[in-house]
Amino acid sequence: MASILVPEIPAPGFSFENCQRNAFLEQKGFPAPKATKTGTTIVGIIYADGVILGADTRATENTVVSDKNCQKIHYLAGNMYCCGAGTAADTEMTTQTVASQLELQRLHTGRTVPVATAATLLKRMLFRYQGHIGAALVLGGVDRTGPHIYCIYPHGSVDKLPYATMGSGSLAAMAVFEARWKPDMNEEEGKKLVRDAIAAGIFNDLGSGSNVDLCVIRTTGPAQYLRTYEEANIKGKKQGSYRYPLGTTAVLKQRIIPLEVESVTVRPVQPMEVEASVSS
Amino acid sequence: MSILAYNGGAVVAMKGKDCVAIATDKRYGIQAQTISANFPKVFQMGPTLYVGLPGLATDTQTVYQRLKFRMNLYELKENRIMRPNTFSAMLSNLLYERRFGPYFIEPVVAGLDPIDNKPYVCNMDLIGCPNEPEDFVVSGTCTDQLYGMCEALWEPNLSPDELFETISQALVNAADRDAISGWGAVVYIIEKDKITEKHVKTRMD
Repeated sequence: MASILVPEIPAPGFSFENCQRNAFLEQKGFPAPKATKTGTTIVGIIYADGVILGADTRATENTVVSDKNCQKIHYLAGNMYCCGAGTAADTEMTTQTVASQLELQRLHTGRTVPVATAATLLKRMLFRYQGHIGAALVLGGVDRTGPHIYCIYPHGSVDKLPYATMGSGSLAAMAVFEARWKPDMNEEEGKKLVRDAIAAGIFNDLGSGSNVDLCVIRTTGPAQYLRTYEEANIKGKKQGSYRYPLGTTAVLKQRIIPLEVESVTVRPVQPMEVEASVSS
Repeated sequence: MSILAYNGGAVVAMKGKDCVAIATDKRYGIQAQTISANFPKVFQMGPTLYVGLPGLATDTQTVYQRLKFRMNLYELKENRIMRPNTFSAMLSNLLYERRFGPYFIEPVVAGLDPIDNKPYVCNMDLIGCPNEPEDFVVSGTCTDQLYGMCEALWEPNLSPDELFETISQALVNAADRDAISGWGAVVYIIEKDKITEKHVKTRMD
């Protein structure tokens, strides 16, 4: 019995309650609008002591740039991160779901979760939805068997490569990798190569833009997330000010809602003791 | 025509210095025919938290009711008010749950964090992909015009009064170039000790 105090546990998974209505609207000439896509450049490489992931930071709705500095390198676990291209909400939610499953797995087994586990969870999730979840991913991480880069496609197929690119800027980025990638590069060479690959995407692909984000995951230590590693396009200073003088806007009526502080209690929270997630 | 433009409407939110503002037009129509010039699209969800739900009007109201329900449960269970980023996560999950049969709204969240009083703005697409920029967010049927106005007018560290002028002029001038937005506007300026609700004079055509 459901009540307000004891609500029914909602059914897990997607809800299709609006589908019939939406199909009816579509038949009446109102097609479903398009969701935000990340026309993207995302890359990953293996270098001498780990992996380096890279991404641009532009999100688009058709041709309008809807986010100039979005985060496309998603956290999965302490020893692995995942770059996402395609439908922005799908990459975000898929990686969040898998990140929580990986954390449960880590707490259950008490070990660093292998990268292959994440790749399997992601491909199963995507294959189950037959490509309707439009997430194209580059998964990178390290475990006790060494560094790994996986390319995961929206339909659930997987490539395991030493260097990978995805998204609309993948051709530009792959051109850079094919010319310059070699085994056992040092960290400086690796970061430079990834930066150049993302920059190739930013400048040659219209779906990619703004800044370069990097994430270095070393076999030796914790992952280093370099958010805005380089601002590829610095915005100029605004020359004039278009500020309206106070009182320009005509106000018809006004209401002020005061916020009164009734009581203040400061309660320090003791952090729960859980072994932190770090790379192997 | 997109179903998001069936009823018309626009919402914009901006960050200022220790304050945040959210503004909306008041029109409700069925395509080109105006039905009402006093239709709420922005709702107060907490002492310093507002949400705007422009898009298909039926979904504006349904989503508001579902949000209110989830939020009341949270506040009863946790015995504290919800922070804006928590609210965004809740809204994002509500929308993504309907990934394959979405609600036709593109929400805007604006508020001050009750813990540290930091301004917060966020918008989402109709399946709940969050976007949390440092300046402003826009949504509705005249986003192109709003982007143009906001990029030109917005500056960092605006005071509450300056923020009001900026957001009002951005909304009013953008809605004037959109046939299905306008017909009055409301602006909420959220500060840590008060909220000012101002009804702005606009063209009524």
